[in-house]
Amino acid sequence: MRAMVYRGPYRVRVEDKAMPVIEHPNDAIVRVTYGAICGSDLHLYHGLMPDTRVGMTFGHEFTGVVEEVGSSVQHLKRGDRVMVPFNIFCGSCFFCSRGLYSNCHNTNPNASAVGGIYGYSHTCGGYDGAQAEFVRVPFADVGPSIIPEWMDEEDAVLLTDACPTGYQGAEMGDIQEGDVVVVFGAGPVGLFAAKSAWLMGAGRVIVIDHLDYRLDVARSFANAETLNFTQVGDIVQHLKEQTDYLGADVCIDAVGAEADGALGQVLANKLKLQAGSPVALNWAIDSVRKGGNLSVVGAYGPLFSAVKFGDAMNKGLTIRSNQCSVKRHWPRLFEHVKNGHLKPSEIVTHRIPLEHIAEGYHLFSSKLDNVIKPLVVAKAA
Amino acid sequence: MPYTSEKPAIAHDTQQLRQTIPGWGADLDPRTRPAVPKENYVPRKAAGTNGDFPERQVERYEREKSTEHKFLTPVFGTSCPPRGLSGLVRRLAYRRYSEGRSAHWLLLMLADRIDVMESIATAALRGRPDNPVTEMGLLAELKGNAFRSRFGQHRNDWKHVPFDVLMFSGKWFLAGAAIVGISRAVRRSRRRRLFG
Repeated sequence: MRAMVYRGPYRVRVEDKAMPVIEHPNDAIVRVTYGAICGSDLHLYHGLMPDTRVGMTFGHEFTGVVEEVGSSVQHLKRGDRVMVPFNIFCGSCFFCSRGLYSNCHNTNPNASAVGGIYGYSHTCGGYDGAQAEFVRVPFADVGPSIIPEWMDEEDAVLLTDACPTGYQGAEMGDIQEGDVVVVFGAGPVGLFAAKSAWLMGAGRVIVIDHLDYRLDVARSFANAETLNFTQVGDIVQHLKEQTDYLGADVCIDAVGAEADGALGQVLANKLKLQAGSPVALNWAIDSVRKGGNLSVVGAYGPLFSAVKFGDAMNKGLTIRSNQCSVKRHWPRLFEHVKNGHLKPSEIVTHRIPLEHIAEGYHLFSSKLDNVIKPLVVAKAA
Repeated sequence: MPYTSEKPAIAHDTQQLRQTIPGWGADLDPRTRPAVPKENYVPRKAAGTNGDFPERQVERYEREKSTEHKFLTPVFGTSCPPRGLSGLVRRLAYRRYSEGRSAHWLLLMLADRIDVMESIATAALRGRPDNPVTEMGLLAELKGNAFRSRFGQHRNDWKHVPFDVLMFSGKWFLAGAAIVGISRAVRRSRRRRLFG
């Protein structure tokens, strides 16, 4: 089969690779129809994630058609059209049985700190991902769901990661009616977090970024106020002034490890002196009001980052964070899509053939051509 | 203002929001949100079994694992088994240091860099050398409105672009310089042996 393989920082190519095989009785092999490039894939692409091995296939957002099932699979059969959460989870361990699917303890031998994730380095279990024609799907009876007949497949692929992650970002903020919510990051996750904040009754939603074209979409897609932090000098001071010196009730960090905005932090990140540039996280800590809520869905690496924890402590913040437990949110998100409250595919800007994925990565990494969400179309479809 | 008990009027009227924003307040009650409470215990049997623990995947090679796992997880990825010098460093990282130790992650980062160099060499020897131009997707510069995307915008990432270019291209120059230096040294040593 054809598959994207990682060749080193900033370098990927498409090669012939062996087909994935059934390794466990509850596996399925899925022929990928739609994949995507995620903002968190860029952390792998940029060489920031430990134990990212040359030859690995990335890609954790996908839909496809079941090609083969293992001997114990009961809920899927060949030919089923499925959407697959980016989490690889067993459904039965301590964490899964409590709804924390992203923290599964039975699928990632390389690190206890996170569950298995498709195509996200060996730190997340060493599974090849779906930027390929076929992918191995463990625990096929647990993770994948059949795509509802009424659902557009591009909406479905956005529901495998970006949309539920943004929704969970807002949910972890424990938004109350009338709250002022500030979202750092106008990428796909930030846009969905902003949109979800309204669903939870926010009274005001402000989105922060430095890319004007993304802030345009934050206004049109998410009905948010926007701020370009390069235009306001001190963003924390500005937000305090905007909130009558109280601060926001809820801040959501939807940026993660490669936040821009402070050259020293960025360079320290690039020199591997810290695991991520926590610029957005620090701004969120400083912009939220005392006693407020900080929700972190931006992804960071396993090493340390220079975070202003003293401010967080002294302000009495409630900090919630996690990778999204995708399937837990599907019933509600399916309702929202069906009711017209959400149309996730509205933010898709590029559809890239698998053979051109190297260009797709460069485009996304360099933020060219007003890219927000690039999908990957596999040839075998 | 926060100097008095009332919350400042810094948000919009919620009645107006309900009328103008589709779905506003649909998840207003936190108790009905899908992941509230955070932990909701519903025990399940392991998939494909009638027991509590999943069937084990066959271990076809010695699979590395974190010391913070009691044993190898029943299901695991099989991409890119450790090999070569990078594989030795990876096995050392997993065998000796827990995830709580910086040495664990720093060794893995070191192994990643060794892996890249090993892979460049082996790909060249196998007749499928790396092509930095295509692998970096530079053709996207011609298709992606590169000029307009970068200039006349308020992007902040321009400040570290020179550093990015230096960091990335520097290692290729260093690699090239190393190859030239080594081949010159080999030729000099041969000449000395031939001619004394």
